[in-house]
This record gives sequence, structure tokens and C-alpha cells, in this order.
Amino acid sequence: MRRALFLLPVAIFGIMALLFVKGLTMDPKTIPSVLIDRPVPEMALAALPGRGETSGLATNDLKGRVSLVNIYGSWCIACVQEHPYLLEYKKTGLVAIHGIDWRDDPALGAAWLKKHGDPYERVGVDPAPGRAAVDFGVTGAPESFIVDKAGIIRYKHIGPISPEVWTKTLLPIIRELDKK
Amino acid sequence: MIFPMDACGRDARAPKRGAPGARASRPLTPPMRRVLSAVLIVLAFASPALAVNPSEMLKDPAQEHRARELGKDLRCLVCQNQSIDDSDADLAKDLRVIVRERISAGDSDDQVKTFVVDRYGDYVLLKPPFKGTTLVLWVGPFVLFAAGLWVVFGFYRRRATGSQPPPAPLSAEEQRRLDKLLKEKSP
Repeated sequence: MRRALFLLPVAIFGIMALLFVKGLTMDPKTIPSVLIDRPVPEMALAALPGRGETSGLATNDLKGRVSLVNIYGSWCIACVQEHPYLLEYKKTGLVAIHGIDWRDDPALGAAWLKKHGDPYERVGVDPAPGRAAVDFGVTGAPESFIVDKAGIIRYKHIGPISPEVWTKTLLPIIRELDKK
Repeated sequence: MIFPMDACGRDARAPKRGAPGARASRPLTPPMRRVLSAVLIVLAFASPALAVNPSEMLKDPAQEHRARELGKDLRCLVCQNQSIDDSDADLAKDLRVIVRERISAGDSDDQVKTFVVDRYGDYVLLKPPFKGTTLVLWVGPFVLFAAGLWVVFGFYRRRATGSQPPPAPLSAEEQRRLDKLLKEKSP
């Protein structure tokens, strides 16, 4: 019994080492969102120039269909990386992809979509200080939210969407929500 | 992962005050003295560079003071070990502006914090709240300290009272063997 007590520090060291090793593999940028299972924040975002009637994004636009709200900006480098995939996923018709042009000059945001392609059904502009983005708990761009048919946020993805993220994570969630 | 909003590579500390002391044995030449006084004058006016932009500030000094104090407790989510008061990241600036908007709208400090926590979670607070999920964090060190004290006191008490308990009295058989041994003549 007394001998076992001497092993205690070794055991504590072992447990802490395991926790630290786990900590090394975690990405501190991916903060769990507190908005999961909460309704989409109230918003009525202004239209992006040159998009006519299918522009602007309001809370009610996110009801009725499963949608993916994508935070982007013409200044956002990683957005260029995920953009071709969004164009591809738009073709599948599985989900309504909407954009929020965050902290951006609307003219630049529109020009960026002309250059890289436009996967969005609706686009809203959220100029600095990015009130809608703060309401969504956005920490950087790109970020994407999956919203169910009732307008409840169900998932948040931080960083660019890759084919792997899409097939392994986002698509199963979208399919599941679409059944309901 | 690339986050273009990263703007953390900033050191807001002012240079330390005080110039190298002039040695009395070797008088300074006039040009050196001029350079030195220029440096001293610059240092005298140096103050820490602030991330808070004058255009963001509230007109009411009391409200601005509250905003500054609140900003020190809120984590910048881009530069995660800086407060929004310290950080130059765009998101920190946005949050500073929004905190000030809430204050102007008449929110109390707690209401402002709740507003931000509702959107970003407890993580945004640089000082984590005391609740079920953070119990280990807050109480753990004290528990470990108490356990350490217990071990140390136990160790010293055992040393003070002597480590061995008094031996049991000899049985009749043992006494007989002892007597026999004592009677034997040494060789």
C-alpha cells in the first residue's frame, strides 16, 4: 500500500503527459461554437451590387431549405482555396449556399465573385464592424454554417471547406437534415 | 490554415526609459550630447502604443474607461493570448466598437459580457467563470496543494514520533532461547 503511494507521482505524470500529447494535436483556432442548435441571428444584410433581386440576406431567407452560410471576403486568401469546391457543390443542388461578404467593400466583393465564380443563391454584405458576423460568432474567414429547414444553426465549420471535409462531415449532416 | 485577419505580430510596449549613463571620466563631445538629448527627449514622450484607435473612443470618459476595462477581460479570437484591448486584429477592433455601442446603448458591464459570451462562448473571457465545467481548473490547484501539505506533514510527523512501533514482548519460547544464548560461554 505504502509502496503504491510512491507510484502516484509517476501515474500523475503519465496522465498529464497524455493530456499534453492530446493538446498538441488540437487546433486552437477551432473554438466550439455556442450557436449550435440556436436560431440564426436576426439580420437583414444589404445587397451586393450587380446581383439584382437575388441579393441581400435576411433571417427568413434561411428557412424552408437546408442551407450553408459561407462567410467570405475579397481580402480572404483561404476563401480562394475553397471557392472552386463551393461552385462544384452548388451543382449538386443538395444545399442552398448563401454568402456573407464580411468586412468588405461591396464593389470588391462583387468583383471577386465575378473573377472566381458565384456559387451563392443570395449574398449579403456585412461591412465593418461586422455585426452579423459577430452575431454568428465568426472568428475569421472562411467559416461556414449549416442551417436546417427551420432556420436553426446545426453545424459550424472553421476554415476552408475541402473535399474531405465535405464528404466526411458536411454532406452527411446536410443529408440527415434534409430528411427531416 | 490561413487566416488573413492575423495581425498579431505587434509589440505595443514602449522602449524602456533611461539612456545609457554618461560616464563622468570622459566628457561628451557636443554632437554626441545633441544626439543623446534628442534620444532622451524622444524617450521622455514615449508611451505605450495602444491598439485602441482614437476614432473608436467614446466621448464620455467614464464610459470609455468602462469599455477599456471590459476590453481587457475579453479575448481577441484571432490573437488568442491578447485581449481585444491589446490586439490590432480587425476582429478585435470590431469587438471594441461593438462593446462601445452596447455601453452607449446603456448596457451594464455584465450585460456587455453576456452579449459577447452569447456569441463566442466562455472562451472569450480571459478569466474563465467559476462553474461546473471549470471546477477542476479553479479548485484543482488548491486540492493538489492540500494533498502536498498532507504528504509533507505526514512525513515529518512519522519522523518525529520515531519510525518503529515498540516491539512486542517476547514469548515464553523466545525468552527461553535468549536465556540459553546468554548462558553460553563466548568462545
